[in-house]
Amino acid sequence: MFPSFLEKLLGKADTSAKTVAKDRLRLVLMHDRADIPGPMMEEMRKELLTVLSKYVEIDEAALEVSLDRADETVALMANIPIRRVRPEKVEADAAEAEAKA
Amino acid sequence: MSTAKVIVITSGKGGVGKTTTTANLGMALASMGEKVALLDADIGLRNLDLVLGLENRIVYDIVDVVEGRCKLRQAVIKDKRLQNLGLLPAAQTRDKNAVTPEQMIKLVADLQEEGYTFILIDCPAGIEQGFKNATAGANQAIVVTNPEVSSVRDADRIVGLLEAQDIEEPMLIVNRLRPKMVKNNEMLGVDDVQEVLGNSVKLLGVVPDDETIITSTNKGEPASMIEGSKAGQAYRNIARRLRGEEVPFMNLEEDTGFFGKLKKFFVAG
Repeated sequence: MFPSFLEKLLGKADTSAKTVAKDRLRLVLMHDRADIPGPMMEEMRKELLTVLSKYVEIDEAALEVSLDRADETVALMANIPIRRVRPEKVEADAAEAEAKA
Repeated sequence: MSTAKVIVITSGKGGVGKTTTTANLGMALASMGEKVALLDADIGLRNLDLVLGLENRIVYDIVDVVEGRCKLRQAVIKDKRLQNLGLLPAAQTRDKNAVTPEQMIKLVADLQEEGYTFILIDCPAGIEQGFKNATAGANQAIVVTNPEVSSVRDADRIVGLLEAQDIEEPMLIVNRLRPKMVKNNEMLGVDDVQEVLGNSVKLLGVVPDDETIITSTNKGEPASMIEGSKAGQAYRNIARRLRGEEVPFMNLEEDTGFFGKLKKFFVAG
């Protein structure tokens, strides 16, 4: 009882077996119900990566794409850790804007 | 037209308590005066007879009936404890395709003609042809699940497949709940299971994990016939709900520890 009280006090995430079970179930059911084939998810992940990489440097290993529920609809959730914005892209855009002006 | 309730008891995953549930609900309903037929559709893996303690009385089985080797009435075993409970046993040496959906529909119609008011069908585990055969004659379904990730996942899948079989709004039984573990956040609670499964299922009852299920199965005497069995009480409540009664859900989370008693004392006082 005491550790869980401490965790609450420190605002740590709820890692009880019940909460973990519920979260895992929720996610797996989302995938089961949406019925998106695994290879398609992987393809989507790769394409997202290609597009986004034009603008920012992404930590590929930490990129997470999954389905989740937002209110009543199923949503595609992507967690995309950015290492840095590509300066060359920023410069190129600035140059283009200048040329137009 | 007959008004019998034809309910298939299913789960997807094996070992969650379909057969135990079928036996207990059958006994409880029969003891309340209903004329009940239990139909073991788990062909090749016959077990309902054993849980009911009727294994020594089988002469003919479900496949003998559909293949015309005997009359339906000859195959249905009358329970000596409850005359209005009948069991149509599964065949043990055949496979799950031995009874087709059409034959199942015919069987159910014939049982209704015999005056049965409740027909409970014990479905085999899995989602293949055996499931389709077992569900073919049913107009309602009970989905049994345990408060545990894999059986809840399979229950969700089964709900979808039942819809495809035109069985709407299945009823949910959460079996083998351990209130103490739920209280300690170690096990999914009924509300968690319901929340995850969504509105597609309606909660019918909650059965606690109970040692009397093991002893009563060993003896072939379903727990719903045993006074003082918590699981038995839960099954009797479910049977009453199936008959249309409003029965409040059992308080499984009663705190009997020292602090619980202390709390009660103060609240009461």
